[in-house]
Amino acid sequence: MAKITRPKPNKDRLRRTMMFMNAQRPGLIKDAYIYGCDSIMLDLEDAVAVNQKDAARFSLYHALTTIDYGDTEVIVRINGTDTEYWQEDVRVCVAGGADGIRIPKCETAAQVQEVEAAVEAAEKEFGVEVGRTLLMAALESPLGIMNAYEICTASDRMLGCAISGGDFRTSMHVQIEPDGIEINTARAMMLLAARAAGVQCLDTMYPNLDDEEGYRQEVDLIVRMGFDGKSLINPKQIAYVHERLAPTPKQIAHSEKIVRSCREQADAGVGVYVVDGKMVDPPFFKEAERIIELAKKCGVYHGDL
Amino acid sequence: MINAVGRDIPDYLLENGKEVYQGRFAKDGQVLKRDAPTCVMNEKPVADKLCASIREACEKCGAHDGMTISFHHAFRNGDYTASMVCKVLVEEMGIKDLRVAATSLGDAHNLLADYIEQGIIVQVQASGVRGRIGDVISAGKLKEPAIIRSHGGRPRALMAGELHIDIAFLAAASCDKVGNASGNGGKNNCGSMGYAIPDSKYADRVVVLTDTLAPFPNVPASIKCEDVDCVVVVDEIGDPKRIGTKEARVTQDPRNLMMAERAADIIACTPWFVDGFSYQTGAGGPSLAVTRFLEERMDAKQIKMGVAFGGITGNMCDLQDRGYVRKIVDTQDFDTKAIAHLHDCPDHVEMTVSDYANPANKGAYVNYLDYMILAALEVDTKFHVNVITGSDGVVRGAPGGHPDTAAGSKCCIIVTPLVRGRMPTICKDVTTVTTPGECVDVVVTDYGTAVNPARQDIIDCMDAAGIPHVSIEWLQEKAYSIVGEPDPLQWEDKVVAIVEARDGSILDVIRQVKPYTFE
Amino acid sequence: MVIEKTAMAGTLESSDAQVTVSPADALEIVIESSVINQYGRQIKATVEETLDRLGVTTGLVSVVDKGALDCTLKARVECAVFRSCDASMSNIPWGGAIQ
Repeated sequence: MAKITRPKPNKDRLRRTMMFMNAQRPGLIKDAYIYGCDSIMLDLEDAVAVNQKDAARFSLYHALTTIDYGDTEVIVRINGTDTEYWQEDVRVCVAGGADGIRIPKCETAAQVQEVEAAVEAAEKEFGVEVGRTLLMAALESPLGIMNAYEICTASDRMLGCAISGGDFRTSMHVQIEPDGIEINTARAMMLLAARAAGVQCLDTMYPNLDDEEGYRQEVDLIVRMGFDGKSLINPKQIAYVHERLAPTPKQIAHSEKIVRSCREQADAGVGVYVVDGKMVDPPFFKEAERIIELAKKCGVYHGDL
Repeated sequence: MINAVGRDIPDYLLENGKEVYQGRFAKDGQVLKRDAPTCVMNEKPVADKLCASIREACEKCGAHDGMTISFHHAFRNGDYTASMVCKVLVEEMGIKDLRVAATSLGDAHNLLADYIEQGIIVQVQASGVRGRIGDVISAGKLKEPAIIRSHGGRPRALMAGELHIDIAFLAAASCDKVGNASGNGGKNNCGSMGYAIPDSKYADRVVVLTDTLAPFPNVPASIKCEDVDCVVVVDEIGDPKRIGTKEARVTQDPRNLMMAERAADIIACTPWFVDGFSYQTGAGGPSLAVTRFLEERMDAKQIKMGVAFGGITGNMCDLQDRGYVRKIVDTQDFDTKAIAHLHDCPDHVEMTVSDYANPANKGAYVNYLDYMILAALEVDTKFHVNVITGSDGVVRGAPGGHPDTAAGSKCCIIVTPLVRGRMPTICKDVTTVTTPGECVDVVVTDYGTAVNPARQDIIDCMDAAGIPHVSIEWLQEKAYSIVGEPDPLQWEDKVVAIVEARDGSILDVIRQVKPYTFE
Repeated sequence: MVIEKTAMAGTLESSDAQVTVSPADALEIVIESSVINQYGRQIKATVEETLDRLGVTTGLVSVVDKGALDCTLKARVECAVFRSCDASMSNIPWGGAIQ
C-alpha cells in the first residue's frame, strides 16, 4: 500500500469537533473519520496502559502512514512532559506526519517550548518541513488556566487550547454540575486568553454518553460562550455540535446583506457604511464576513459571495 | 449450464426437470397443481390422540428407513424437539437414511451433526443451516447435497410436491389432547407458529410435541386438530433462555446508527412513504435501528405505518403500542416481549410462512411490501447478495425471507458495514448467490450508499432530497483498498448444497471446502 | 535484529493480531487466522516482509490473527521483535526499518 502523505496542516481550519480515539485499538482508528468530525485525536496518554505505550506507537505510526483520513485533521495526544514517554511520542508523531500534537496537563509556556524543541529536532531528524507540526495545549489545572495566555503565545505552532474537565474538577475539589457553574470561570478565562492570543479554544468532553439532554445543554452553553469547538468521546455527539455551530439561515441572510452592501459602498468610495438606514461600524462588517466564511466551511452557505 | 445470475450449475443436477434460475419473475402466471398429503381417516369416537412416548407416536405414524421428517424453528436456539425426536428414531428404533427437512437448523442441533457424520442422516433441506451442522455439510458429510430454500421457497416446494414430508414433528407451547396447538399458553412460549403451519397441512402424518397439556379445546389454535395424528407430552420443549432472547436494546453502536439513519432518510424521500405504508426489517443490529429513525420521519409527515410483518421484535411492538403501526402480521417472534405482545394485542396477529412469502400462491404478503430492510454477509458489484456462506466458504447462515422480501418489495435496502474485520462485505463476486441482484435496490454502508442503476426512480428521489450516493464499484474498490483483494476460495468438485431460488430453480451451488494450505 | 527472548505484542480482539516471537536457530513462521482462506497468503507475505526489513533471520514467529489489517500486523510484529530485544521504548527507527 502506498504511503499516505497528509496535506500541510492549517492552523485556522474548522475544529468544531475533536474526537478521542485510543491509538492502541486497531478497530477504532482504522476509519474514525467516517463519522464526519473535523479532527480526530489519537490518544497515547490515558487510554493506553503503561505497559502498552510502545505497542501504541507502532500502531500509530502505521495508522498515520497507511490510513487515508482525508480532510479530517489528525491530532495525537502525547504523554505528559513529566513522564518518560513523551519524547518518543513526539518522534513517532512527527515521523508519521500527524497534523498536530496535544500537550496534556499543560501549565506553563516553558512546557510548550520544551515540546516545540523536541518537535523541531524530530522534524529535522525525519526530514519533515520545520514548522509543519502544530501544537495545542490541554489545560487541566488552575495553574494552566492562570497561565493560558502565555501558553497560547508560547509558540507560533500553537493552534489553540482546550480545557480538560476531569482533572480540572479534581484539582478544584468539585463535581460536574448540570449548569457548569464549577468550571465556567475557567472556561471564560481560557476563552479570553485564546482570543487575546488569536488561537482557537475548545471545550472539554462531556462524559455521560446516555444523558442526551445534559449534553445538549452543555453544547448550547459553550456555543453561546463563544467556543470554536468541543472535545468528544463518541461519534453520536458530533451532529449536535455541528448543528449548533453552523450559522443560522437568518444570520447568513443578515450577514450577506451587510457584506454586499458595505462592499458596494466601499467600491463607491463611501467611508461610513449605512445598511437599512443604520450605520454599520467596521467590526460589524468584519463579523458579517466571518459568519459568511464560517457558513461556507460548515457547508451551509449556498450564495455567491 | 450458466444461469441468470452467472453461476455455473452442473448438468447432473438438472435431471428430473430441474431448471436453472432464469430471472426473478420467470414463473409468474404459471399454473401449479398442488400436492396433497395422505390422511388416515378417523371416524370413531376416541378419548384423545395422546401417545405415552415419542417412540409410540413414531411407531403409530409408520416411521421407516429413508423417510423425510420435518421440524420448525420457532423455538430457535432453545429447541429440544429435533434432537429429542432424532435420538429416539436413531438410537431406540434404529431408523436409517433419514432425511431432515427443517424450516431452519442451528446451534441447538449439534446431535444432528453427529448423525450426519455417522451417515444416518443422509439429506438436509432447510432455510438456514448454522452451527456445527453447517460445518459437517461443508465438509461433504451428507450423502446427497443439502437443499437450501428461502422461507417462501419451502412452502412452494411443499405445494409443488418437490418436498414431501412423511412425518412432521411440531413443537408447540401448548396443545390439548386432540392436537389443537398454540405458541402461547405454555411453560415455554414461542409466539407465532407461522413456520409450522404449512408443515401441518402438507405432511402425511403430524405429531405435536408439547410440555403443557392444555384443557380441550385449546383455541384459538395455530395448528388444528384436523391436521394432527398424535400428541406427545414431554418434560421440556425447549430452553426458555434461548427461545426468545430478552428484548434486544436497539444498537448503540455509532456505525450502525449512522447507517440506520441514512436508510431512514432514503425511505423518507421515496414515494411509498405515505400513510399506511408496509414495512419489514431483519433482526440484525443496523436493520432494527432503522425503525427507530423512522419514528421522527413519520411524525414529520404525520403518517403511520399500515403494517409491519415478518419476524417481529419487541421494539416493533413498542412502536405499535405508541400508535405508529396499525397492524403487525407475524411469522416469528425474536424476543419475549414480542411473544407476549402477539398473545395480548388484537392488532398483532400470526401469519403462516406461506401467506407471508410463498411465490406459488395467489399473492403473498411480500408482494405488497413497500420497504424491506436487510443485512448481508456479502454484496457484489452485480448487487447479488450472499447471506449463507462465510468468508471461509462454510455454510453458516440462512436465506430466510431475504430472497422473498427482496423480490416482492418496492424498495429493498441492504444495510451493512463496508468491511467486517478484514472481510470486505462489498466485493467483486459473492461466494454464494442467495438473493439475485435484480431484486436489490439500495446498499447502505458506513462509507457510502449505492443504488442499483436499474432503479433510476430511487436515484432521482435521493438526488432531489440531496442524499449523496456512489457507485457499487466505488464501494467495492474502497473496501479492497482498506483490506486488500481477497484470494479466491479453494473448492473441491463435490457439491454439498444446492441453493434454490424461491421459484424452485437452481440459483447457485455450494461446494466442499478445501482445507487451506500456504502452497 | 536478533530475537533475544520470548516477547509478545497485540491482542486477540477482532481486527487485531497477537504476535509471539522467541529465539530459534532457524526462521519459522506459524500463522493462524480467522480469514486464512482469503488472506493467508497476504498475511504471510506481510509478516515476512516486516521481518526482512527488521533483519530478523532466525526465530519462531507465531501470529494469531483476528482479521487485522496489514498496518496492524506490521505494528504487532515490529513491537514483538523490539520487545524481544528490550528496545521497544525509545529511539525507534521510524521511517527506516519501520515503514
